[in-house]
Amino acid sequence: MESKSTFSVKELNKSFAGLKAVDNVSLHLETGEVLGLIGPNGSGKTTLINLMTGMLDKDSGHISLDSHNIGEMPAYRVPFYGLVRTYQTIRIFKNLSCLENAMIGALGVGTKHREAARLAVGLLEELGLGDKIDLPAQSLTFRDQRLLEIARALAAQPKFMLLDEPAAGLNEEETDELLSLLKPMPHSKKIGIIIVEHDMRLIMNLCNRLHVLNYGKTIAEGKPEDVRNNPEVVKAYLGSAAS
Amino acid sequence: MNAQILLEFAINVLSMGSLYALISLGLVFVFGICKLVNYAYGEFITVSAYVLYFLGVFTGLPWLLVFLFGILAGVAVGFFSELVAFRPFRERSLDALLVTSFAVSVILQRLFQLGISPRSKAVPVPAFFNMNIQILGVITPLRNLLIIGTTVVLLTVLVLIMKYTTLGVAMRGASENFVTARLMGVPANLMISVAFIISGFLAGVVAIFWSARTGSVEPMMGGTPLLIGFIAVVIGGMHSLPGSVVGGYVYAFISNVLSLTLPSSLLSFRDAFMFAIVIAFLVLKPEGLLRGNYQEERVG
Repeated sequence: MESKSTFSVKELNKSFAGLKAVDNVSLHLETGEVLGLIGPNGSGKTTLINLMTGMLDKDSGHISLDSHNIGEMPAYRVPFYGLVRTYQTIRIFKNLSCLENAMIGALGVGTKHREAARLAVGLLEELGLGDKIDLPAQSLTFRDQRLLEIARALAAQPKFMLLDEPAAGLNEEETDELLSLLKPMPHSKKIGIIIVEHDMRLIMNLCNRLHVLNYGKTIAEGKPEDVRNNPEVVKAYLGSAAS
Repeated sequence: MNAQILLEFAINVLSMGSLYALISLGLVFVFGICKLVNYAYGEFITVSAYVLYFLGVFTGLPWLLVFLFGILAGVAVGFFSELVAFRPFRERSLDALLVTSFAVSVILQRLFQLGISPRSKAVPVPAFFNMNIQILGVITPLRNLLIIGTTVVLLTVLVLIMKYTTLGVAMRGASENFVTARLMGVPANLMISVAFIISGFLAGVVAIFWSARTGSVEPMMGGTPLLIGFIAVVIGGMHSLPGSVVGGYVYAFISNVLSLTLPSSLLSFRDAFMFAIVIAFLVLKPEGLLRGNYQEERVG
């Protein structure tokens, strides 16, 4: 029996020079779930991810993974407790091979060399990069680089993965492929996923729950179909589109 | 040009280039990981050279042990200077680190001047270093062949380490994108310590062959190899380990070509010609021969 893990954020705050980028946001997630984090541009989604992974220091609030208070840890300790992320702008190691890229995800959390290589190969194959294992990462297409980042994150064998706009720059077809790769992961890998994305089709098809931010505040949360019809949400999106 | 001159030229380029490659590799290892241009690197070499001097003159240790301790001294000064001087400033800014490296450099130079002697000391060199070897009619001191062999072995070992060990893969990741590697859990302090240790190790090896060539050690001796390292790095590329090696050999090649071709009246200006070429590199190919990797992008 595998017990579920819980990731939770309580009353998180962050200001940049007086501007509230994240305003009293709370959310929680269990392994096996996918939470969509959406909102207009500048609503604080990436800031929230940076706070959750310790890349930015919060002003106040709590971030915990099971009993671990990861909100008080330096960013490089966070992966050890099972929280990893990908980046909106791709941050792979361009001159390293795909295998080495994925391996670093595992090595970083202390996995032994051989085991790291085995994990990396498995994940690369699973994500359809099996025939590109020895190629330098910079030779990959944009889509493959995005997948490589996901493989690298998964190689750390996390409990929770934060995806920051994984479909940005992908076309419709590629986004569908991404969807079909991500869809089974919460169960097959027993992980929880928080995904920031503007592609609503991906969000609606992938997420169990949505969390909507605007001006750093939570304006709605709940099931995708409920959130979609929430007047506040509609207003936030149309409002931002009109401005 | 007959075959003999060509061979002599090749040996000169390869031996000089090997030494220069090791010098610049030591610089780039640290630069790659922490983006610090370490001005104290020359003094790492000086420290090793002084250890060679003291052990060589005042003890009857066998040469191999003298060399070993010389290299260990380089490793130690690399490791401890990072721990004591650089680590406290690392989180501040690169500028702070750069100034710190000037400070470490000057402090070490003054320590040598006050604690040892401002005058140069003769470093004993094992007799076999200067033993002349004849290959196909070309006579060359054995040390020229030793530095080539040593460099080949060291480069092979370093390549194997960087490619096939956990540490090596992590170091290459960290040198490409330190922040991202760190966020994946790669331990920053360890990576930087290892970079300084490798840098100090290379400085130690360089000291052996450098002092064998010049025959002496003095407080300010680090300046010349440091300058050579910079030039090699400018030519080869600051952002790539292979680039720094290539840069060292290209530097030696250009320098030897200049020695051969310049009329004797201009020979004393050889370095001026060298610098002109370096300036040309900076203008025409500022990223060096091997481009390596630039990472300008910040947190997404």
